[in-house]
Amino acid sequence: MNRTYELMFIVRPDMAEEDLDKLVSTLESQVAASHGTVKSVERMGKRRLAYAVRRFQDGMYVLLTVEGGGELIHELERRLRVTEPVIKFLTVRIDEEQKRLEKIKQIRESRRKASSAPSAAAPEPGADAAPATV
Amino acid sequence: MADETKASTQEAPSSETPRAETPRGEGRPEGRFASRGPRPGGPGAGGPRESRKYFRRKKVCKFCVEKIEAINYKDVRLLAQFVAESGKIVPRRLTGVCTPHQRRLSSAIKQARNIALLPYAGRP
Repeated sequence: MNRTYELMFIVRPDMAEEDLDKLVSTLESQVAASHGTVKSVERMGKRRLAYAVRRFQDGMYVLLTVEGGGELIHELERRLRVTEPVIKFLTVRIDEEQKRLEKIKQIRESRRKASSAPSAAAPEPGADAAPATV
Repeated sequence: MADETKASTQEAPSSETPRAETPRGEGRPEGRFASRGPRPGGPGAGGPRESRKYFRRKKVCKFCVEKIEAINYKDVRLLAQFVAESGKIVPRRLTGVCTPHQRRLSSAIKQARNIALLPYAGRP
């Protein structure tokens, strides 16, 4: 059961870089322990929050893309919940959306080919027909 | 003579309409909402056919026209176009977004709200 998830979490703005590194690496090791894979870690930097969360107006956003099962996510969320500097997190399953987007892309490409092929083929018979009539 | 008077009555609403039109031009969706007042039975009541031409521009779904398929909660700039100043999601009838896209849009906005990218309630 391999699914792709996106974990976005916000840590408090006054957290040191090294502590954040440590937190991310522990999460990564947890993913590896639960037979999952980390696809990417993206630090989106400090951002202003749309509303105050635990009296913080800013937060450092981190985006973690992982592949694995539901138990892995359960464990990761539990960890984030007990980690003090993490003020908010959100997990979104993205594999089905990705599949849908790929499908649309494929359909569009095949349509483009289909529409470009007849238009390329069409002038030829037309060109052949034109001299015949003249 | 009769024809002239008729023409002048038809002229009048058409000269009025651009003024009413301007506030809800290409602005953000909630701009339209604000200027909805004069639409029914407003200055264009004299010539209904002409006024309708000016007042109701055909709204089209932004996502269909620009072929935006991925409506993601991280894309704050895109989502903010469909959120009113108060923080509310702007309804379809004002923005012209089609049903399937509005469904995705609203769920994306709600996810963005959860992770503090968009406000639940707007700035006072």
